Amino acid sequence: MDKETKKIILDPLVDNNPIGLQVLGVCSALAVTTNLGTALVMSLALTSVVAFSNLSISMIRNHVPSAIRIIVQMTIIASLVIVVDQVLKAYVYDLSKQLSVFVGLIITNCIVMGRAEAFAMKNPPGLSFLDGIGNGLGYALILMVVGTCRELLGSGKLFGVEILSTVNDGGWYVPNGLMLLPPSAFFIIGLMIWGVRAWRPAQVESAEFKIKEVNGTEVA
Amino acid sequence: MPNENEAKPAGKLNFLALSNDSTVKTFIMATLVCLVCAVFVSISAVALKPLQQLNKELDKKKNILQVAGLYQEGDDIEAAFSKIDIKLVDLATGEYTTEFDATTYDARRAAKDPDLNVKIAKSGDLASIRMRPKYMPVYQVKEGDIVKQLILPVNGYGLWSTLYGFLAVESDGQTIVGLSYYEHAETPGLGGEVDNPKWKKMWVGKKIYGSDGNVAIKVIKGSVVPGASGEEYQVDGLAGATLTSRGVSNMLEYWMGVDGYQKYLNKIQANGA
Repeated sequence: MDKETKKIILDPLVDNNPIGLQVLGVCSALAVTTNLGTALVMSLALTSVVAFSNLSISMIRNHVPSAIRIIVQMTIIASLVIVVDQVLKAYVYDLSKQLSVFVGLIITNCIVMGRAEAFAMKNPPGLSFLDGIGNGLGYALILMVVGTCRELLGSGKLFGVEILSTVNDGGWYVPNGLMLLPPSAFFIIGLMIWGVRAWRPAQVESAEFKIKEVNGTEVA
Repeated sequence: MPNENEAKPAGKLNFLALSNDSTVKTFIMATLVCLVCAVFVSISAVALKPLQQLNKELDKKKNILQVAGLYQEGDDIEAAFSKIDIKLVDLATGEYTTEFDATTYDARRAAKDPDLNVKIAKSGDLASIRMRPKYMPVYQVKEGDIVKQLILPVNGYGLWSTLYGFLAVESDGQTIVGLSYYEHAETPGLGGEVDNPKWKKMWVGKKIYGSDGNVAIKVIKGSVVPGASGEEYQVDGLAGATLTSRGVSNMLEYWMGVDGYQKYLNKIQANGA
């Protein structure tokens, strides 16, 4: 694997993470991370949608009239999402029932559209496909970390297997109910972004404005 | 994959040579993308339909088993389901009917079929479902030859959606074994709590009919006071989901009433199943 392809796949994991740096696709990250099973299925679904939408959009990129390019992208993405939804319903019915509306909402996930517009419209199909995989993995990484925290602390389990025996089942661990509610994912993602930016200061954005110090009598 | 343009060399199709911004090309591209995507989506939808249908059937059976307390995670659903007999009941008389094959009878389709349904008068339409099938399937859980439980399909409107579920009743036609919904679209966390195992547990052992013979079971506002009179007919309301709770209450009042299963259950009480 040459350097460029490696960069395309690995960059979105930490250095250019779609959730961490670009802060896209947060809505679904809040909704599906109460347990690892749904988080994993959602990650796979999103990864395949981004990869294949990038691939197909890149294939026709030179012939997409710019006036309707967003609609063309949406049509392709929406079709892929429907197909993924149908596949999930056919093969992992229980999980698809839990994910309910969120698979359908991949259509509105900014990561998919963002990559189509920013990368696939300008790059050849092979690279675009890899870019989709990379961004999907970046999304998956965050989802898995958030899912692990939430499921472990919220219900004492990982992938439905009991790790900490909870008080309700006669154990010692008092589950943190907040972890099962969407706000907790906000906190975890926030802490992760903080951590990553402390580790890689290059990701820190410059402030859009600074508050100017003024003397009491001066008109700013 | 919509790759029509890659497959064909540009020279052969002259529209590809057109400027990307020309109106003609815009129309052609839009049509092509739509066509390819439509074909792609249709193929996957049609090809996966049988598998999805199978999953739905299994899920329904699993729900029937769960409401009867006969299912543990990982059990073989088909094997466990073999203990259950399906019979069709004519709700107007409370008698069994053999007009249709009970195993393939689809109550939800029958509810929409003018030959097989009954319109519910507006004043009596507690469950807000407008029509009901003439015949309803009843699932009998047997141990040997003795009927232990009856599982009765119920449906009714909550806040956003029609809830479909099952009520399991002991063979006395009076004591509830469980209530479980297999399909609804209520708000997750509020009305969606009808799926909460803790709430479902509250139904166990409650009684349906009061001493006057009318439906007495009710979802009340707030919590049931232990030891209060009528406690055996009351179930806690769902916090923040008044309309869903009311929907559940109304649907049971309808389905357990004279228009629903009451005639059938009375017969069971009198002569056994």
